[in-house]
Amino acid sequence: MKVVGKPLPKVDAAPKVTGRAVYADDMLPARTLHCKILRSPHPHARIVSIDTSAARRIPGVLAVITGSDLPVKFGILPVTQDERALEHEKARYVGDPIVAIAATDEEIAAAACDAVAVEYEVLEPVMSIDAALATPKDERIQDYGGPNNVHKFVALEFGDVEGGFARADHVREDVFFYQGNTHLPMEQHSAIATYVDGRVTLWSSTQVVHYVHRALSRVLELPMHRIRVIGAAHGGGFGGKTDPFAHEIIVAKLAMITGRPVKCTLTREEVFYAHRGRHPVLMWVRTGVTHDGRITAMHFRTALDGGAYGSYGVASTFYTGALQPVTYDIPAYRFEGCRVFTNKPPCGPKRGHGTPQPRFGLELHLEKIARDLGLDPVDMKRRNYVKPNTRTVNWLRVTSCGLEECTQRVLEASGFKTRERRPGRGMGFAISSYLSGAGTAIYWNDMPHSEVQIKVDRGGVTAYCGAMDIGQGSDSVLATVVAEELGLQPSDVRLVTADTDTTPIDLGSYSSRVTFMAGNAALEAARKMRELLVQAVAGAGKRYEEVSFEEASVLAEARFGTLTTAGSYTPPKIAGPYKGSGVGPSPAYSYSACVVDLDADARTGLIKVNKVWIAHDVGRAINPLLVEGQVEGSVYMGLGEALMEEQVFRKGLHKWPSMLEYKSPTFLDMPEVETFIVETDDPEGPYGAKEAGQGPLLPVPPAVSAAVYDALGVWIDEVPVTPEKVVEALRRKDKGETPRYGPQRFPAIPYPETIKVDGPVGHQDGTC
Amino acid sequence: MKEEILRDVERAVLTLNVNGEPAQLLVPVHKTLLEVLREDMQLTGTKHGCELGECGTCTVLIDGKPHLSCLVLPIQVEGRAITTVEGMASGSDLDPLQTAFAEIGAAQCGYCTPGILLSARSLLEENPRPSRGEIKEALAGNLCRCTGYTKIVEAIELAAGRMA
Ligand code: FES
Ligand code: FES
Repeated sequence: MKVVGKPLPKVDAAPKVTGRAVYADDMLPARTLHCKILRSPHPHARIVSIDTSAARRIPGVLAVITGSDLPVKFGILPVTQDERALEHEKARYVGDPIVAIAATDEEIAAAACDAVAVEYEVLEPVMSIDAALATPKDERIQDYGGPNNVHKFVALEFGDVEGGFARADHVREDVFFYQGNTHLPMEQHSAIATYVDGRVTLWSSTQVVHYVHRALSRVLELPMHRIRVIGAAHGGGFGGKTDPFAHEIIVAKLAMITGRPVKCTLTREEVFYAHRGRHPVLMWVRTGVTHDGRITAMHFRTALDGGAYGSYGVASTFYTGALQPVTYDIPAYRFEGCRVFTNKPPCGPKRGHGTPQPRFGLELHLEKIARDLGLDPVDMKRRNYVKPNTRTVNWLRVTSCGLEECTQRVLEASGFKTRERRPGRGMGFAISSYLSGAGTAIYWNDMPHSEVQIKVDRGGVTAYCGAMDIGQGSDSVLATVVAEELGLQPSDVRLVTADTDTTPIDLGSYSSRVTFMAGNAALEAARKMRELLVQAVAGAGKRYEEVSFEEASVLAEARFGTLTTAGSYTPPKIAGPYKGSGVGPSPAYSYSACVVDLDADARTGLIKVNKVWIAHDVGRAINPLLVEGQVEGSVYMGLGEALMEEQVFRKGLHKWPSMLEYKSPTFLDMPEVETFIVETDDPEGPYGAKEAGQGPLLPVPPAVSAAVYDALGVWIDEVPVTPEKVVEALRRKDKGETPRYGPQRFPAIPYPETIKVDGPVGHQDGTC
Repeated sequence: MKEEILRDVERAVLTLNVNGEPAQLLVPVHKTLLEVLREDMQLTGTKHGCELGECGTCTVLIDGKPHLSCLVLPIQVEGRAITTVEGMASGSDLDPLQTAFAEIGAAQCGYCTPGILLSARSLLEENPRPSRGEIKEALAGNLCRCTGYTKIVEAIELAAGRMA
């Protein structure tokens, strides 16, 4: 192959290193109005009245809107349409939007927000999982779900769980906690809208142009063809810009009212309220194993602190239980999940969506079981690895799987098995798996998930696709695929992307779906185009490889007229035969293995990570440079979650809504990372490719915690693994107590009766 | 009254030397250099992540030294040489740092990139062959959420090697 597999620069590198790329907040068309949003100062309160009259009188204020101007509810999932762009009945977290103001400049808009008088009837806030499970003092946060503040239950059982436990030689139970954290994209969310000739145009820093388009249509009550959504250059998402947001709807409405461009850029503090980040998850797991460490059954329970609204929460809940059997062969599996509402900013998808938390619990749990049995943890895990081309007990189809090779690479490179053993120095090992795109769309439909058109004329090639490049390099993937098929360089391919007027649909940059899905759509369109070119050149008695692309395109245009082709991708229908089977299936899974080496100071509890080795089965690297970038970025983010990042609250208030106090790793905190790209040639991925953007985060937090145990002999069963927790666990160890820091118990949750599902016949033996 | 204050913003005439070009501006005295660059001079290559001096995204050079433009008032820097990312290339030739960043994928979303490029340029001017530790030290005030910093450090080393 000519360009696939080459470490070429990103096609959009030049605009990014010169400052030319236009992000949403860089736009300032003539007569732009600035929008500010007044937000609730109370975590839970009924709104008694809103008086905007003083604000309206301020010179320079052109429009003031409240919830009664935008009453239609929306939400990313069809089953949880529970948000309003502006709330006029009830505030559910500190930061819930109440009033929006458009003015000639930002300071006037801010002063006008101060002039609004809102009368609240303050209600008792619900700030923890325990509180949400109890009878509310005043009233429930949402008027659906239940009992109490429960949002969603899941209870599924696959195979003979009771029999599996009965067969076990050893059974162990553990409890873990994964603290919530946030995406912290460097770019604050920003959106700007115009209303011209009865049509709304919105530019936004979104990951999901199409879903924003749908939400605008619903709330503004305009048909989709009267709305155009364009993805501006994107300053980082990580899942944090995957919901339709209030400010996107608000600027569109304000533009409709004023007839002028209206822009809203969130402050950094507001970004912490927009959130949709990692759910805090409490976990309980019970596993049965044989003497030699083969898993016979597993029972996994999760409780998710969801925040005030649904967001992706139903999917997140399923994800906390879905992928455990995709790395380990679990013959019988029971999963019970529960998401609760609390008076905090809503949680949603962050890199790894719902799976880093159970991965942390699962990997440490297996470490402990191995030690119970006197087995080597790595050997015991390997004994249980899933095999390629199998079905898991929860019906997930595994195709290519490089788990064993990933493991070998990091063990060898790190010298894990022969590491020096001394107090204060440790290594930890963990593995993981992630989706290459969700097998089902957010809203149920039979249409393709990604579509690409290609136009060739007079020697030029343009590819059109709705895919949104959020920095991960989806534009480069599109250009590389088209270039490979047509015999060009990626830089020869012009791209038009992420614009609902001019590009065919792509569902967006989430669930690690773009390379797989848009890549396959581009491949189909490009192969059809090549076919036309080859035919025309052959008609002139030559071979495609002999002529220039210009000549080929002139011959083809002369012969066939306008040259356009299209390709699309629809994932295979592989979900299992049970309710809830839509979350988890993916056309392919990526696999990762990781070793972390660190120093842990027994006196201060300080941890210094020395090096991370990570191997990632990406199927095939369409651009190894970009794959490495995704892997390194994932390791970085995993280390941040493992060691310092936490989104926490005190008395209803976010404790740290600033970049200074919300700790994230700097240049100085980041260790050396050695990345191994493992290629397994997935049978359905474009050129065999799978995802790279999310999976490599997952093994990092458990590997850190395992390394701390290796160094100091204490278990830190919750993230972040902070110095305070390490010191406290060591204190307990010295006193002869359990050498552990972590949650003591899992709450009594009234899960509904489990739905029993037979596993696929012959799962794991390759016959289904 | 708030309304009156808003109508009577004090403005000042300033002459700023940005990227080697003098520019005369009439701006409210409380506007930050970040805002004046972006809004009054359309130099939107300079980004912001917090506007509170916490992230380094808005870094520009003032007389060759990195400063957080969100914390600088233009009136303080009249007559001094201000460099933004738009002033890094000479003509259509990119700065070696820009080339290295593009080549090895040191810019993912690219949002932190202008600030980091300028911090790196100042470092290389003072210390043309910095060690890895010196690079990390010099850049510690610039956050990046995409790259894990790895490729950024490599790109700076690459550029330093080529400039030597
Ligand atoms: S914008 Fe963050 S430091 Fe200036
Ligand atoms: S490249 Fe995205 S924040 Fe640095």
